[in-house]
Amino acid sequence: MEQPILEMRGINKAFNGITVLNDVNFSVKKGEVHALMGGNGAGKSTLMKILTGVYSADSGEILIEGKPVSIKSYDDAQKNNISMIFQEFSLIPTLSVAQNIYLTREKKTSLGLLDDKDCEMKTEKLLEELGVDIKPTEIVQNLGVGYWQMTEIAKALSQEAKILIMDEPTSSLTKNETEILFSFINKLKAKGYSIIYISHRMDEIFQICDRITIMRDGRYITTEKCSETNLDTVISHIVGMQFDQAFEWKERSYATDVPPIFEVRNLSAEHVEDINLKIQPGEIVGIAGLMGSGRTELLRNLFGIDPIKSGDIYISGQKQSIKNPKNAIEAGLALIPEDRRMQGLVLEHSVKDNMILPILSKVKKGAFIDSKKSNEISRDFVKILNIKTDNIFKQAGLLSGGNQQKIVLAKWLANDPTVLMLDEPTIGVDIGAKTEIVEIIRAMAENGKAILVVSSELPELLALSDRVIVMHDGKIKKEMTRREIKSEEELQYAIQGF
Amino acid sequence: MQSKVSSIEKPATPSLKGFEWRNYIVYFAFVGVLIYFSISLSDEGFLTSGNLLNIVRQTATISLMALAMTFVISTGEIDLSVGSIAALSSLVGALAIQAGYGIIGGLIGGVGTGLVVGLINGLLVTKVAIPSFLVTLGTMGAIKGAAMWVTDTAPVPIVDANFNFIFGSGDIGPIPVLLIWTLVFTVIAHILLRKTTFGRQVLATGGNENAARFSGVKTMKIKLMVFLATGLMAGLAGLLYAGRMNAGRFSFGEGDELSVIAAVILGGTSLFGGVGTIIGTIVGSLMIGTINNGLIIMGLDVSQQMIIKGIIIILAVAFGKKAMKR
Ligand SMILES: Nc1ncnc2c1ncn2[C@@H]1O[C@H](COP(=O)(O)OP(=O)(O)OP(=O)(O)O)[C@@H](O)[C@H]1O
Ligand SMILES: [Mg+2]
Repeated sequence: MEQPILEMRGINKAFNGITVLNDVNFSVKKGEVHALMGGNGAGKSTLMKILTGVYSADSGEILIEGKPVSIKSYDDAQKNNISMIFQEFSLIPTLSVAQNIYLTREKKTSLGLLDDKDCEMKTEKLLEELGVDIKPTEIVQNLGVGYWQMTEIAKALSQEAKILIMDEPTSSLTKNETEILFSFINKLKAKGYSIIYISHRMDEIFQICDRITIMRDGRYITTEKCSETNLDTVISHIVGMQFDQAFEWKERSYATDVPPIFEVRNLSAEHVEDINLKIQPGEIVGIAGLMGSGRTELLRNLFGIDPIKSGDIYISGQKQSIKNPKNAIEAGLALIPEDRRMQGLVLEHSVKDNMILPILSKVKKGAFIDSKKSNEISRDFVKILNIKTDNIFKQAGLLSGGNQQKIVLAKWLANDPTVLMLDEPTIGVDIGAKTEIVEIIRAMAENGKAILVVSSELPELLALSDRVIVMHDGKIKKEMTRREIKSEEELQYAIQGF
Repeated sequence: MQSKVSSIEKPATPSLKGFEWRNYIVYFAFVGVLIYFSISLSDEGFLTSGNLLNIVRQTATISLMALAMTFVISTGEIDLSVGSIAALSSLVGALAIQAGYGIIGGLIGGVGTGLVVGLINGLLVTKVAIPSFLVTLGTMGAIKGAAMWVTDTAPVPIVDANFNFIFGSGDIGPIPVLLIWTLVFTVIAHILLRKTTFGRQVLATGGNENAARFSGVKTMKIKLMVFLATGLMAGLAGLLYAGRMNAGRFSFGEGDELSVIAAVILGGTSLFGGVGTIIGTIVGSLMIGTINNGLIIMGLDVSQQMIIKGIIIILAVAFGKKAMKR
């Protein structure tokens, strides 16, 4: 048998007595893309943090090319040619691409001064080899998110990394950027690099991975070849039972003979132009479009985060003046932002405190917070959304990425808004929770709410929406009822067709 | 610190406009101030070479401290104790000379004092993890107290003419020694920040500390170094005060932290770290010096000068912030 380039054997890890990894085995071959899958809180990120020296395992061993190694710090990991591709994490936004790639490894002139020219030349060569079109002198914060990742990867490769870890690399990428990343990954694979790829997006896994290792509740379940397994098998391993995918559109009925509950007239702002929009009570409207088409900006304008230049917003026929999020919340709007970690959570606070933040006035008893009631509400949401946490008092920052996303969802659902706006609602959550969230959104609609969803995951958008709006360049270019859309390809075509 | 790329779906078009404007604003402002005073104070002799050299002399102490402060602010930290360090250093230096240790003794005493305080600041920030704002607010008070206490607020005269020449009132030909001090350190600081690994790592630390650490930058060491640098330069500034005034005195450097920080921020260094410029700092410092000088000639007193400087700082930061947001 071929010697794996990396092997992790019998890894155990507990935090404060709670087992997070239980006798996990994991092995990666040279030149393969290996998916690591599992539900939110399964322990994927923790396993990778052990591999990169952020945490140390309680027991177990790591072998590189058959030799046991000890990895106590990120430095050690790099010495063993392991690199993590962080998201906007290991780059300095204020330095140039070349300065970032060679930070702390700069060549010096005979006078002992930095030789920036040398860095730039080497970077140019490296980027050319990788087929990436970035100027070495460009300041990183002026680059699009997709290019941050390429810069990160280039940096890792310049440090002789042989094993690259990508933890949900496409969660902030558009379809196009994802395609570019994938062709890049294929090139790396052909050159013999090994890639550990973590994602909740099934289609991606089957598109680029060679093998899949599945974890569940901190345990190793199985490793399979992609070519020899199928979607249903993988999902049933992840959730641990037979599973019906709820990503299917159900035709719903809603009142069309009443006035719209939410209406936007001639709205213009910095990134959007002349938006007109009506939503009936109980209707779910999906917004499709490419990155930069103004989808997120529109939601931010409606929620009062960014100012509007002209136009009016009506809720239940009443004209609203929304100048800031507080006005918006009072008017009955809620926005679940795309970047939840940064915009939606106070990481230092407990799960419960985060959840009840927008509904403090509803759980008040005189001047105090009714702790019984607020605990009840929090526990309910933990249960409904299947949030994996020891208890509701655990610090939100200690939860797994996907579970943090769920808290933000809970937070705004608890507020019971009239108009619910969601930006990429299922980003980073596992397949089980995705269907839960889809169900919750449907249930909200059944209760007569107006729902506006932005999503780049077309199956999800198609499963949810009664009507789909396509945006391009800040304008609404096309509007289709769900029934008019025959297939995902048709919608994809509509999105790219301008 | 939250200068991260926001999650708004934005194409990769660089928003250079705001940055460039910010980078050059200090030069426009400086020229504007010069023109304004030249015209309004033409009768009082503002534009004479004598007065202009005077501005350089008066500004030297602020300039030296601002050079080091550029490094501190570039790492995303702040040092409020520079003025107090200058006061204590002037006294320790003067006492050393009075005790017969000569110029070298004075130099070691003054600069050593600065380094010791800088070391304390740096260790408290890096090892005890207290925010630099609080640490240096504390040492600002404590060191000022120490300066008042060493001689019971009495000044210590310096009669060593050589010392006073080198560190203060001397001229070489038409050039004041204080101009030479300023020039030499400006060049050194510029090279340090732009052309050495140290400078690069200072900017990296301020740009994103986590990322810098993961790239192998010893961020704690870098922070310790920058506090040593402000300590060193504030100590030297104390000696320049002593040389110019022929004495050590506890009141030297009072309120300098305000001028120094204003100079750095005006110059275009980002208060949020990661972006720093030495040339900008020097122009910012000269501008503060020019404003001080002009206001004095106009007949405004210290209290009015402080009001104006305070307003300038707030305006400078407000401008900078606006540019960052774009
Ligand atoms: N530092 C920590 N202290 C306490 N518990 C932790 C810590 N880090 C992780 N955990 C717990 O370990 C479990 C596994 O988390 P991990 O981040 O590895 O999950 P994951 O598989 O990456 O999930 P996701 O898909 O949501 O990102 C979670 O229940 C989490 O709450
Ligand atoms: Mg994770």
